[in-house]
Amino acid sequence: MLDCTRKDSKERNSGGLINPAKTCQPIGAMYAALGIHKCLPHSHGSQGCCSYHRMHLTRHFRDPVMASTSSFTEGASVFGGGANLKTAIKNVFEIYQPDVMAVHTTCLTETIGDDIPSIIKSTEVPEGKVVIHANTPSYQGSHITGFSNMTKAMVSYFSEAATTVKKEQVNLIPGFVNPGDMREIKRLTQLMGVPFIMFPDTSGVVDSPLTGEFAMFPKGGTTLPQLADTGNSKMTLALGRFASSDAADLLAKKCQVPEITLKTPIGIKATDAFLMALRSRFTREVPTELEEERGQLVDLLTDTHFHFHGKKVAIFGDPDIVTGLTEFVVSLGMIPLHVLTGTPGGAIGSASGSFEEDIREILGPQTSPSNVKAGGDLFTFHQWIKNQPVDLIIGTTYGKYIARAEDIPLVRVGFPVLDRSVHSYLPIVGYRGAMRLTEMIANALLDRADRDAADEDFELVM
Amino acid sequence: MTTSGIDARQESILTKGRQKHSLKCDTDSIAGCVSQRACVYCGARVVLNPVTDAIHLVHGPIGCSSYTWDIRGSLSSGSELYRNSFCTNLQEKDVIFGGEKKLAAAIDELVAKYRSNLVFVYSTCIVGVIGDDLQSVCRQASQRHGITVIPVESSGFIGNKSAGYRAACDALLQLIDTAPAGAKIPRSVNYLGDFNLAGEAWIIRGYLEEIGVTVNTVFTGDSSHDGLRQTTRAALNIIQCAGSMHYLAGQLEERYGIPSLPVSFLGLDDTADSLRKIARYFGDETMLHRAEELIERETQRVMPVLENYRQLLQGKKAAVYVGGGFKAISLIKQFREIGIEVVMVGTQTGRPEEYDTIGQLVREGTVILDDANPAELERFMKEQAADLLVGGVKERPLAYKLGRAFIDHNHDRKHPLSGYAGTVNFAREVYSTVCSPVWDAVKERGGLPPWMTPSSAT
Repeated sequence: MLDCTRKDSKERNSGGLINPAKTCQPIGAMYAALGIHKCLPHSHGSQGCCSYHRMHLTRHFRDPVMASTSSFTEGASVFGGGANLKTAIKNVFEIYQPDVMAVHTTCLTETIGDDIPSIIKSTEVPEGKVVIHANTPSYQGSHITGFSNMTKAMVSYFSEAATTVKKEQVNLIPGFVNPGDMREIKRLTQLMGVPFIMFPDTSGVVDSPLTGEFAMFPKGGTTLPQLADTGNSKMTLALGRFASSDAADLLAKKCQVPEITLKTPIGIKATDAFLMALRSRFTREVPTELEEERGQLVDLLTDTHFHFHGKKVAIFGDPDIVTGLTEFVVSLGMIPLHVLTGTPGGAIGSASGSFEEDIREILGPQTSPSNVKAGGDLFTFHQWIKNQPVDLIIGTTYGKYIARAEDIPLVRVGFPVLDRSVHSYLPIVGYRGAMRLTEMIANALLDRADRDAADEDFELVM
Repeated sequence: MTTSGIDARQESILTKGRQKHSLKCDTDSIAGCVSQRACVYCGARVVLNPVTDAIHLVHGPIGCSSYTWDIRGSLSSGSELYRNSFCTNLQEKDVIFGGEKKLAAAIDELVAKYRSNLVFVYSTCIVGVIGDDLQSVCRQASQRHGITVIPVESSGFIGNKSAGYRAACDALLQLIDTAPAGAKIPRSVNYLGDFNLAGEAWIIRGYLEEIGVTVNTVFTGDSSHDGLRQTTRAALNIIQCAGSMHYLAGQLEERYGIPSLPVSFLGLDDTADSLRKIARYFGDETMLHRAEELIERETQRVMPVLENYRQLLQGKKAAVYVGGGFKAISLIKQFREIGIEVVMVGTQTGRPEEYDTIGQLVREGTVILDDANPAELERFMKEQAADLLVGGVKERPLAYKLGRAFIDHNHDRKHPLSGYAGTVNFAREVYSTVCSPVWDAVKERGGLPPWMTPSSAT
């Protein structure tokens, strides 16, 4: 039987994981680096790391994912990977000709202690080309930490405060979201009439159009002049504390760009907060178009609210996304009974346990408290569901085993989604994203109701 | 891309009929290449993962375990335990102070939970560096629980994917060597190198049983602890995926005197040849007779279907980029059966003798390359005007971006491609992608929308 999880909870103390709800830092760094225009991510480690990350990202985005590797051998791991990285830098610019090579480390190269900045400094890099790096040890944090670290590296390498007066523009750090979400965040900002720089920006990179030509470096991505100019912006909006706030903090420190960290704008409340931040800092009025969108969303929520009210839901995935989803489903009247992320509770260096606090705050006072956990795994999540069943699971493709075992509908949101397509093109953020989520959730619940209805209860109009 | 590759790559590419040098292969990749290759751990994991009732515990940080969680597509008729992901989730403090205690605790916890008789503990890069003594932790855990706990020496950096195959075979040999000897089973085989993707090993098992051969155990598709421990009772090893199983077959011959026979169940000719070869080996007239009957019956059944596809596909050109040489060789033959010529062929880990065979099989002008990068795949697919690419996960979107059809001959395959049923599935898959109307949107007017002319396009 596919279901290998037992209902009775045995204490687990080993620190090992069964069916993880996270993966390792380097893949996050690779994804972030793809959001720089003409950038080739480089994995400083064994060949397998690079291969696995590319495979995983390819499965999720269904687009080519390019990255090079230092191709470690036994010798390199004994004598250090300096020679490999030097050769790699030379070869990458010779063969692939990117503008930027973004090196991230792996557990191997972190452990043997390769000093990446010194290696880069002592290597000849062609005129006008740049090599940047982020330390991404796999034994800390998760893929979200890796995304955050590479985004931070963009600030430390590129951002410059060149003007004394800050420009009327906003930096948008979208976090580990799909290109469809990045496009939606940009559209909202455009409609607000606020000039912006989004970084990283993978739209146009991992959702590039089919033209019959293969582009090693598709048209999208934040350009180097834009990255430099982030230091001149009037403010930074970091969307999602776990994936985005570290880079915003550094930008504030380095270039005195004030930051606001907001939730990933999932649902009405978080989208409102996003627009209000732009409105107040840039004294812009929210255009009729967005008022109309918001009004439509409210309208359809009232049209459908009775489908959602009191329904129990279990949510897992990356912390920023899960936080946004939890807030949204609460606003629909649903009860998030189990909420879990695989990423450890706080960003590295910050107080831990804050994911759980964020969720508890959203949930408010409860008569029977929900299960909330950071750094958990899907074995735990499954046990929770076995003990307290739910009507719906929202999470990544990995939720399908539990959904099948317990016969519960699954709405696929987050990373990775490996068994469905199109998801990465369409947003879950903004009012339109909320409409899409509402449709996905309602369809899942109503399809289930149709399937389970007795003949006499089977309804045409629902 | 104008980049054809650096000088060092030239020796790994040749065009049949134009060069005299032999192909450079089985070497390390160049640092800085966008290689499609994987690592030692990957090789070991793909070979062992289909052992269905084992706890596959990855000793390392989370990545290696999460990327290999149930990706193999190998089916089980029994336990589904292998489809879970188990990891020691090494943290910074473990890297500093060592991960042995954590590993021992993880084994104890999992054995208590799942009551499996077999645990494979995979070493990852970091374990190779911090120097955890896997042998001793596993030995002690074996004694503690009275089960088999086997360390797999698969630190990523100690070689390439082939080294991982070897590490997996060594692990399997540990399981076999410690098993009590059993009586030989007459007319029995171990079937090496079939991972039961989409149920392929089941099809072959059906054929072999029909002609009177007992399949003792498969390596490793749908295999189990108990089944693998019976390995030495077989009279013969038949090997399909030689890349991963060559070494194991050699060891089984050396240690237990089990001879081996290379076979291939991909395509009509290979399947027929292989069945005859096995029957002849056993020197059994009835078996040979039954084999001929099976071949006749199945060929009759599938020929009309294949002929139909051949007419639809005649003249199309295919590019092949797969893991091992064995698969590439089979594909060249299989494509020929449906009227398609292979115009580009490459592998990640092909061996020199396999490249020789490939060189003999393909026609003049075919490009042969080892450890290709995406730019090379793009260049040769275009130059050779391939209609279709056969590859794995990472190659799929590349082919699509070029407006070319694609079939997965790797973990993501959805239909069995082995045996007679497989020839039909293969032809159908090729047809449904090569002849799909979606390519019209790419090919007609160069993929331009109706309001654009080629000159106005930028």
